[in-house]
Amino acid sequence: MNLSMLLDMAADGAGDRVVVGPRQGGLSAAQLWRRAHHAATLFDRAGAKHVGFLDVNSEAVPVALFGAAIANLPFAPVSYRLDDDHLDEILDRLAPAAVVVGSEEVHRAVERDGIAVITRDVLSRVVDDDDQSTTPPASDADPDAVAVMLFTSGTTGAAKAALLRHRHLVSYVISSVEFMSAHEDEAQLVSVPPYHIAGVSTILTSIYSGRRIVYLPTFDAESWVTAAMTERISHAMVVPTMLGRILDVLEMRDARLPSLCHLSYGGGRMPMEVIERAMELLPHVDFVNAYGLTETSSTVALLGPEEHRAARASESDSGRARLRSVGRPLPSVEVEIRNADGAVAPVGERGEVYVRGEQVAGEYLGRSLLTEDGWFPTNDAGYLDEGGFLYLDGRLDDVIVRGAENLSPGEIEDVLTEHAAVAAACVVGVPDAQWGEAVAAAVVRAAGAQTDEAELRSWVRARLRSTKTPDVIEFRDELPYNESGKLLRRVVRHELAQLKESRPSQIP
Amino acid sequence: MALNVKAGTRLHSVVCSTEVIVVRAPKEALDLRCGGHALATESVPLPVGVEPEPGFDAGTLLGKRYTDEHKSFELLCTKAGKGSLSLGDALLQLSGAKPLPASD
Repeated sequence: MNLSMLLDMAADGAGDRVVVGPRQGGLSAAQLWRRAHHAATLFDRAGAKHVGFLDVNSEAVPVALFGAAIANLPFAPVSYRLDDDHLDEILDRLAPAAVVVGSEEVHRAVERDGIAVITRDVLSRVVDDDDQSTTPPASDADPDAVAVMLFTSGTTGAAKAALLRHRHLVSYVISSVEFMSAHEDEAQLVSVPPYHIAGVSTILTSIYSGRRIVYLPTFDAESWVTAAMTERISHAMVVPTMLGRILDVLEMRDARLPSLCHLSYGGGRMPMEVIERAMELLPHVDFVNAYGLTETSSTVALLGPEEHRAARASESDSGRARLRSVGRPLPSVEVEIRNADGAVAPVGERGEVYVRGEQVAGEYLGRSLLTEDGWFPTNDAGYLDEGGFLYLDGRLDDVIVRGAENLSPGEIEDVLTEHAAVAAACVVGVPDAQWGEAVAAAVVRAAGAQTDEAELRSWVRARLRSTKTPDVIEFRDELPYNESGKLLRRVVRHELAQLKESRPSQIP
Repeated sequence: MALNVKAGTRLHSVVCSTEVIVVRAPKEALDLRCGGHALATESVPLPVGVEPEPGFDAGTLLGKRYTDEHKSFELLCTKAGKGSLSLGDALLQLSGAKPLPASD
């Protein structure tokens, strides 16, 4: 039970099917199998203990991922945007390693003792059908061996390495995807970077289902829309910030992507008005909201297309609120909400989200976070409704403690973004002499719209209550996101704390 | 011969090329067979001239899931072969697991 078994099955059952690249001239499953075996030989010869990957998206990503699995080495995709210090630290931890690079610049940055640099072009070399050098190593990777190492973004302290073992990833794939169930015309546009969990899982699920992967080297909305049109993309996964920008381009170009039938999103909080706008603009598309973490081998809960449509058509507030839900757990995954005492919380009560299942790794290099009976504490705050739908409420660390009251940033952000003049909002707790923490908000105005602090404060106060009303509101042109589209709350918190310090409290 | 298996266990036919992996483990040990012969936990060289027993020779299909009438476990066929899977003498059925929408 390892990743190479999935590729073996694809090559065995549908060897001629094009699985990566353009419809004409892309790699078939059998060709991918041969290139991955060739890559495994290269990694093996390099005497590597890890296979690093420091490049943008290309067909080299699946070749290297499966090549590492065949060579029984962990695949460690690393952000190509890291500064030198972080890169050095990670390379030190991977050495001795084979590292795949795409550019001269990265090649120079990576080269050192203990690192065998392999260029993308070498991995993409055409391998002849009868090439004897592609004989696979004799040993089959142990299901318990580490298949993938993903480094968390860690801008403070050392980066943490999340470990995913073969059995976690294979369990995820075989329990959630039907083998070769995709039609030959289906194509998946992949624009998340290779070092994101979705960049890894999409390779496995797409190839296992027989869906062709089309890569964007990196994401930008214009290229995404162009690729979706020219490659007649049927499926794609995006993070919320990407979707907003894609919708802007679609409106500007008056394009509607008739081939697109399925769009999943995840990796962060989706603003209600963005998903509503998407459903309005693309009524022929099935939307799926997926909740998952690196530590859980990707998706653990999802809100399906029918649930999206039912929520949107619902007359009741609670029915419409389902659009904010991340849906129900996969059949192979259990979800529980636990309160601060560790007891299982009743329906509707907010607590920490715990997940359990064969795909749940919950492990960093050197330590497992799983409880004795296999539950993974996600550090996400959330609650379940009476229908078993999961709602997320930010990271537990992000909860604002004002006086004795716990405030959820997400709730306040939702109210702010419901205001017509607000395009985006980030709410954080900042130090406050009287309350311990005060509520502060960074707000991006909608294009051309006017509003001010006083108006937004009374807007929130009228809908929530005064303790949830931001003490400080700062207007900005944009919010800070990392390259995976995650809002950088700690950056906002730091800046707003300084701003708050420089002026007196506005709420008694 | 009853086998204790867990999710992820690979099982091999001793009469054909069939290989399966346990997707959902049964609660108890089970007499799982292919081609009428007990499945093995190790891959063994196939004896020459051995064929699946009559009635257990319809074959397995790559990538399909198999279960018993109570759906108490699930096997995934990772390599097809000429034998049929059974629990004791009862042939396994194709499991019509409800497909999930793609999420990544």
